[in-house]
Amino acid sequence: MKKTDITIAVTGLNAIDSPGPGISVIRALRKSNYYNPRIIGLSYDTMEPGIYMHDLVDKSFQIPFPSVGIDNLLYRLKEINDKEKIDVIIPNFDAELFNFIKLEKRLLEECNIKMFLPSMKQFEERQKANLYEFGKKYNLKVPKNKTIYSLKDINDIEFEFSFPVVVKGKYYDARVAYNKDQIAEHFNRISIKWGLPIIIQEYVFGSEVNVTAIGDGTGKTIGAVPMRKQYITDKGKAWSGISLDDDKLLKITTDLIKSTKWKGSMELEFIKTSNDEYFLLEINPRFPAWVYLAVGCGQNHPDALLKMALGKKVNAFPKHETGKMFIRYSYDMIINLKEFEKISTSGEL
Amino acid sequence: MKIKNNIAVSDSGFIFNPTTGDSFSANPVGQEIFKMLQTAATEEEITANILETYQIDKVRFEKDFYDFVNVLKKYKLLEEIEKD
Repeated sequence: MKKTDITIAVTGLNAIDSPGPGISVIRALRKSNYYNPRIIGLSYDTMEPGIYMHDLVDKSFQIPFPSVGIDNLLYRLKEINDKEKIDVIIPNFDAELFNFIKLEKRLLEECNIKMFLPSMKQFEERQKANLYEFGKKYNLKVPKNKTIYSLKDINDIEFEFSFPVVVKGKYYDARVAYNKDQIAEHFNRISIKWGLPIIIQEYVFGSEVNVTAIGDGTGKTIGAVPMRKQYITDKGKAWSGISLDDDKLLKITTDLIKSTKWKGSMELEFIKTSNDEYFLLEINPRFPAWVYLAVGCGQNHPDALLKMALGKKVNAFPKHETGKMFIRYSYDMIINLKEFEKISTSGEL
Repeated sequence: MKIKNNIAVSDSGFIFNPTTGDSFSANPVGQEIFKMLQTAATEEEITANILETYQIDKVRFEKDFYDFVNVLKKYKLLEEIEKD
């Protein structure tokens, strides 16, 4: 079958020790049976490895940081679109999603660029600070949490939580604290990097299990693959993981997608206790960095999302292979200074 | 009791639980007992089989068997069989 040429812009090219999902998403797109993608990398930093991975990324452009605002992002995307005629954008960072969701309609109307993103309501509802309420609403177990904005709020924590607790940033980072002093230390460290608020979450003991899933926006689950982290880095990221045959976890996922009518990709992060209870820790409204495992298990989620973005009908994947593992690795690329110079000075490579 | 249906042991003694992602290694005797437990063999049947094959006294085997079954229970590899 002849594959259709298509141009897809992808963010999250930071394949570092706390990796963005972009490279995994691109690898999955390149495995598509239907499309022959030209990949445009959208980067925030000149050191994002994906910019220089020319076998995966055809061309890269710098885009403005999310904090710069929607208008600047739109202006830059239009500039890039004039050169590259983008068909679909797949954003992969939590911090940029607000802007992309806001721009979804305009990008479609003004540039004919398609995306397949959760609604703003879905995006906001599952924010870390709102997750406890989210759990109540959708009948999910969520560890108790509290949102704090200043160091003086820490004094109340010891009356409301037993130690240890988890100190989390709004978008990224999570550290375990065993006393008030450690909460303060983590509060400062995380808030400097990711801003406020900080979320204090009850610590639940158990093993970390995650699900990568996609919903079609009507309540139907198109695909879902559960994974247990086997090796976890000091940043809490899975360095290796294995796909599971866990019906209970899949049911929680499909029920959640059904009741929220989730649209697009998502990663669900759970703790599974020794009593086989599942506590939802986070919902990330995007593909996880380990999404390529789903491809290895027979479910190409990025390819399915691409089709849905293009308005095609997509059938749900009937099953996934269990016992498939992923193991990450580090790799030193040799880069000519000219390439670094070009992306640094002209914003494209 | 028997080994849960979705749990398999390979010829090398590698046991994988696809629900939890846990994996284990069993020695050849462990593999034999594991395979018998997959067929829902009773403790008496397993004991008779092992005593017939290996030079081991019954008391010693029963103690080791008890320990082995407890490990299998701990890792949730066993399920109870419903009796009519």
